[in-house]
Amino acid sequence: MHNDKKIYGIAATFKTPDEIINAAKKVSSAGYIQYDVNTPYPVHGMDAAMKIKPSKLGFVTLVMGLAGAALALLMMYYMMSVDYPMVIGGKPFFALPAFIPVTFELTVLLATLSTVGAMIALFFRLPDNQHPLHDTAYMKSVSGDKFGLVIEASDVKFDEKSVTDFLKSLHALNTEIIYYPEEVAYPIFQPKFIMFLIAISVVVSGGTYFMLNKLVYMTPFNWMMDQDKLTPQKPSELFADGRGMRTPVEGTVAQGFIPYPYKGQTNPTEVLANPFLPTKENIALGKAKYFTYCTPCHGDFADGDSRLRGQFPNPPTLHSKRARDFSDGMIYHIITNGQNVMPSYASQITRDERWAIVNYVRVLQRAKNASDADLIDMNKEAGSNVAN
Amino acid sequence: MNVDYSQEGPVVAGRLTLAQIEELVAKPMDTKPDKKYFIALSISLTALSIGAICLGLTFFYGVGLWGNNQPVGWAVDIVNFVFWVGIGHAGTLISAILFLLRQKWRTGIARFAEAMTIFAVMCAGIFPAVHTGRPWMDGYLFPYPNQHGLWVNFTSPLLWDVFAVSTYFTVSFVFWYVGLIPDFATLRDRTSSKIKKTIYSVFSLGWRHSNRHWTHYEKAYVLLAGFATPLVLSVHTIVSFDFAVSIIPGWHTTIFPPYFVAGAIFSGFAMVVTVLVFVRKIFDLQHIITLDHLEKMNKVILATGMMVGYAYAMEFFIAWYSGVSSETFVFINRALGPYAWAYWIMVSCNVIFPQFFWFKKIRRSIPIMMVIVILVNVGMWFERFVITVTSLNRDFLPSSWAYYTPTIFDLGILLGSFGLFFTLVILFTKSLPVVSISEVKAVADGAQPTHHRGEHHA
Repeated sequence: MHNDKKIYGIAATFKTPDEIINAAKKVSSAGYIQYDVNTPYPVHGMDAAMKIKPSKLGFVTLVMGLAGAALALLMMYYMMSVDYPMVIGGKPFFALPAFIPVTFELTVLLATLSTVGAMIALFFRLPDNQHPLHDTAYMKSVSGDKFGLVIEASDVKFDEKSVTDFLKSLHALNTEIIYYPEEVAYPIFQPKFIMFLIAISVVVSGGTYFMLNKLVYMTPFNWMMDQDKLTPQKPSELFADGRGMRTPVEGTVAQGFIPYPYKGQTNPTEVLANPFLPTKENIALGKAKYFTYCTPCHGDFADGDSRLRGQFPNPPTLHSKRARDFSDGMIYHIITNGQNVMPSYASQITRDERWAIVNYVRVLQRAKNASDADLIDMNKEAGSNVAN
Repeated sequence: MNVDYSQEGPVVAGRLTLAQIEELVAKPMDTKPDKKYFIALSISLTALSIGAICLGLTFFYGVGLWGNNQPVGWAVDIVNFVFWVGIGHAGTLISAILFLLRQKWRTGIARFAEAMTIFAVMCAGIFPAVHTGRPWMDGYLFPYPNQHGLWVNFTSPLLWDVFAVSTYFTVSFVFWYVGLIPDFATLRDRTSSKIKKTIYSVFSLGWRHSNRHWTHYEKAYVLLAGFATPLVLSVHTIVSFDFAVSIIPGWHTTIFPPYFVAGAIFSGFAMVVTVLVFVRKIFDLQHIITLDHLEKMNKVILATGMMVGYAYAMEFFIAWYSGVSSETFVFINRALGPYAWAYWIMVSCNVIFPQFFWFKKIRRSIPIMMVIVILVNVGMWFERFVITVTSLNRDFLPSSWAYYTPTIFDLGILLGSFGLFFTLVILFTKSLPVVSISEVKAVADGAQPTHHRGEHHA
């Protein structure tokens, strides 16, 4: 009745473990290669009878175990010693003894998971619920208490008649011809299935959105944020004006914001003296602040070559005779007070930083207008004659 | 009774055939649950829901509902955690260590013990997760790249715990599942229900009992057992580091790792015996889980109980011998201080009562064994209580000494964890084979070839 079907193999069942060992030996010495033994539990001595080589699974375990150890150490080295080094309990950044437990755990984790994963997917080629042996009387009996042997049609020596006779000669309980099952089509893109996928994705994404963006802001998850204290810019019922913030007493001066006496004047007759010497550190600070606040309009070397490319009026160069003749206090005053279209920088740059910028502007002016005497000085300092 | 110890007795009693073994083990899954099952399930679900309510209230109002005070900042939550992790250790010991030691008798109880491991670790996991105060933030326990640019502290024992317990759970679960694959295949081939067949087919992955697969399978089993063995020792070692790495007198001792591991096996075996006594009776598995099994486990309980007793004695000896006054003070307080009642419950349950297991009659008497193993469970819970609370309640500053009492919420959550454990156990007994079918078949009489050839013989 199955004549139109393709044969997978011929199976025989046996009653005792002794018989199956004997049968496996006979089959293997008869020269069959594509055959298998199916037993409800591993029968001792079967590997030798079938001449199966020892499993190579251990290599997967070895390699992945070593990889787990290496990855764990590398991860902890990066996190604790490179990305965010912090002294904890006086230990070194790379505290090897303290890293051993996690290294061990990750070694075991990676080794076991990859051993099992490799065994199932690579060595067994499972899951495979479409195998021809499934749902046969043969499979049912070897799943229970019989011992079975199947010679596959893919073997070069396979011949339906001779294999059946051969198996019968081994005193098999019975033999069965196993056919390939009819191809089962799985129409994946059925409307039902697509709807199912859509429903799952909606539920998962909606749930995630709800958890991350709504739930943690709900009672009681938000209790940590809900505290009985005044916060800036928030209303409060405690005060008559309904504000949480208080206006300071008149005349209050914020720390570091002593009022500037020459505010609003264009050319004050008396200006302050520079309290800082042009030391290396001070000039470095001035340079940093100059690059942040001044270069957009004045240019990197104070030439007035704005990086804004005409989107804002270009300021004049700071290397003009007039600018060079400004006192330090005058430049400080212009930064503090603003001049023409230049606004005041008093709120962005602290006093000390403004003086540092003044020192740096002086450096730029001297560098752009150096004299021969400056070169001699420089060579003396550098101990070379580069400038000659 | 004269026993010939030169010969191993039969592992499966009653000369069962392979088909009978399969029939026995598969019976709970083939039959509809009876009234007793639902009564048991409703009791455990009641306990579970009491715990769930207490946990829910703790989530809502915070850990202020618990009895923790200053100086006892660590209390019943950590006690329960260590207790449940310890319970889990018996399963891995039976499934992995006894496997490596070629103890064939383990086959009858390994599956059940492994399942108990998984359930116990699930119960244990609740407590560290909840004691953080805001458990919905527990994701920060894992090192993932976050917007704060922060990493977890890899030098902290509490972080080692996160890795140890989660690895332990994962590996135990995988080990358990690998063992279940052939049994799923057997169940798939014997069921007549279409729904069951689909479920078993999916979980069996299409296993064909092929000998070419068994070769790798057995290798994998050895490898997994080889990894699970040091893993189980490492887990309770790391749990003990939570205490031992601190500098609190009473905690800061090097004996803790072996002492904790012995205690874990002790309490775990007691719990396995407690549950197995019922299971073998209810499901008629007396031939597979025999009295010999229980006796062997009772011997392990006796041995580990004495290890634990030795550790108790050694702690006192070192407290005196080291000459550290604060250490001596803590230990005198343990035995004679405000928590002396807990200390003596611990000593009597863990050291004195198991001594009855020296008598063979008692080792083989189910009622007496039940009393003793339940006392051991109680005693081991109190051991963790004594270690945690008595070391803290009288700290360095006498003005802050305080007596700790757990609140109803603490006890409710403990009850809930028992409810969760037994609910899972009860569901497991009806939905999965509680005994490994393929492993027990392989050790039954006449299951292996009789010839004596090469290194393989029965």
